Amino acid sequence: MTQKIVIDPITRIEGHAKITIEMDDQGFVRDAHFHITQFRGFEKLVEGRPFHEMPSLMARICGICPVSHLVASARACDMILAVHVPETAINLRRILNLAQLIQSHALSFFYLSSPDLLLGMDADVAKRNIFGVIQSNPQLARDGIRLRQFGQQVIEWLAGKRIHPAWVVPGGVSAPLSAENREKILAAIPEALATIQRTLDWYKGVLDNFREEARLFGNMPTMFMGLVSPDGELEHLRGKLRIVDAVGNIVADGLEPEHYQDYLGEAAESWTYLKSPYYKPMGYPNGMYRVGPLARLNIINRCGTPYADQEWAEFRQLERGAVLSSFHYHYSRLIEILYGIERIEQILNHPDILSKKVRAFAGPNKLEGIGMSEAPRGTLMHHYKIDENGLVQWVNLIIATGHNNLAMNRSVLQVAKHYVKGEKIQEGMLNRVEAVIRTYDPCLSCSTHAAGQMPLNIELINSGGEVIDQVIRG
Amino acid sequence: MSTPKVRVATIWLDGCSGCHMSLLDMDERLIELADKIDVVYTPLMDVKQFPKDVDVTLVEGAVNSHEDYERILEVRKNTKILVSLGDCAISANVPSMRNPFGVEVTLKRAYVENVTLNPQIPSKEVPPLMPLARPVHAVVKVDLFVQGCPPSADTIHFVIAELLEGRTPDLSERTRFGA
Ligand code: SF4
Repeated sequence: MTQKIVIDPITRIEGHAKITIEMDDQGFVRDAHFHITQFRGFEKLVEGRPFHEMPSLMARICGICPVSHLVASARACDMILAVHVPETAINLRRILNLAQLIQSHALSFFYLSSPDLLLGMDADVAKRNIFGVIQSNPQLARDGIRLRQFGQQVIEWLAGKRIHPAWVVPGGVSAPLSAENREKILAAIPEALATIQRTLDWYKGVLDNFREEARLFGNMPTMFMGLVSPDGELEHLRGKLRIVDAVGNIVADGLEPEHYQDYLGEAAESWTYLKSPYYKPMGYPNGMYRVGPLARLNIINRCGTPYADQEWAEFRQLERGAVLSSFHYHYSRLIEILYGIERIEQILNHPDILSKKVRAFAGPNKLEGIGMSEAPRGTLMHHYKIDENGLVQWVNLIIATGHNNLAMNRSVLQVAKHYVKGEKIQEGMLNRVEAVIRTYDPCLSCSTHAAGQMPLNIELINSGGEVIDQVIRG
Repeated sequence: MSTPKVRVATIWLDGCSGCHMSLLDMDERLIELADKIDVVYTPLMDVKQFPKDVDVTLVEGAVNSHEDYERILEVRKNTKILVSLGDCAISANVPSMRNPFGVEVTLKRAYVENVTLNPQIPSKEVPPLMPLARPVHAVVKVDLFVQGCPPSADTIHFVIAELLEGRTPDLSERTRFGA
């Protein structure tokens, strides 16, 4: 008898995906897969467009992290212009990128995962959502709403619009920051800081209830990758790539984004629209690595802001080498929110932040451009080739969520093997399988340049292909 | 006895989630709304099957895959007022940019040309694409169109508030494509 369990769609994630779990005759999990079911084709559909449209078009890959695509795309276009982007513009893009990191992490932590953390993995399906959190812990819900709002509002103050602003352009940004908006952001910082500190305290208090999950949710040796500053601090906009192994040793450092094809490969699989990048020197699938907040906190020497550095030191004590459990993506997300708020304040205090010189003008001077940045979910890469008229000929994208594809699949198998057993399948078991995916905060509209939900359908099929048990979560 | 709350659902087809994010941009107004309406289905909840007797459903995104197609039929069957939320639902916007190239060529670029290992077009456990990405009203009847990429949180709030009052929202002064 083979049983196949299909969790379709995975809910409380961003985009369209499902999980299949195969069981053997004895009712043990044999294999499990995470399938991305959306495809949009951005690598093709922008062909023939003028390159300067790319930031605005590429932002439409994702409404959750449009700013990541804006800045990575703009950096690829900066390279095509071959100009020197004014320092103030770089700093303004940096603030925008951090504001988005804050709102996106708040969405993941509060709106998507806090129901599991507050109400429990086995809580009533009907309550296990943000509305349930509003009812049972209004303070936590309001904190989440306010933190996300802080990020979104900073984006609006800088760029004029919360989602899909057109302010980031090749060569810089289209308008300087006004003194008035600078004051508004500074005035909002104390509340945001107090809110994230309250949340960190709350989270550290409940972490103990999830000791088992922390032990089993994607707790495995892998490499970690991300951009770091020249001093080895957190850097989400520029920097070079660093890769560390599971014990925390540096495998590669100072990797130039422009040469990504030398060290990163991408594999396709027949059962998912999401490609699997791997670290070429280690081959496929051994070249598995993780990206995103957990990876970033594992590769750096320190964060670079005072409060975040304290929290980071405490976080790194969780384990001797790198922090390996994907459950700790949640924790690392909160630390990055704290860092983001502190760093925005630091940058706003730069003497030339209000400078009017925020854009360099030029036509296309090169036929190829590559832009890399750290999106909320990890390293994001845009690579364009254009013709003499500035029309896009070819595009390759490696999206943050994609880097984690191998690790997400491995994690689903690990959790399924532990929790899903026997003939009777319970909803709480399956919610954990989904919850491990939520730790990664995959963004699937992004990752397949493509985006979930449908009934949760579990079918137990015997060897004759007959359905012998079925559970539908409605 | 109080009157039953209005049953509201939201779904995403092929969009970028931006229209849903704009919904969340209502911020603390969400807490007020949660008092007045019953959200019965949304990607933010663990309800996996679209419920029956939904009063209002907001749809983001275009109809791109066969799965989108099946889902929108199901949604229409169970919804009184179907709202196309945002330009992708209304015009197929960005998703339709693949239409001139054709399905094969678009898939080939991503999974054959732009890979270093195992070039192949995914075909197992993933829904095939429709020949064309189409707007929602090309497939089912739509009752209300809310333009914008995405429509602003204020606009969405206005639409819901008007519908709760039993009025058809007048959007002529409030929205435009792409705004
Ligand atoms: S209309 Fe715009 S914001 Fe809405 S899903 Fe489409 S691209 Fe995203």
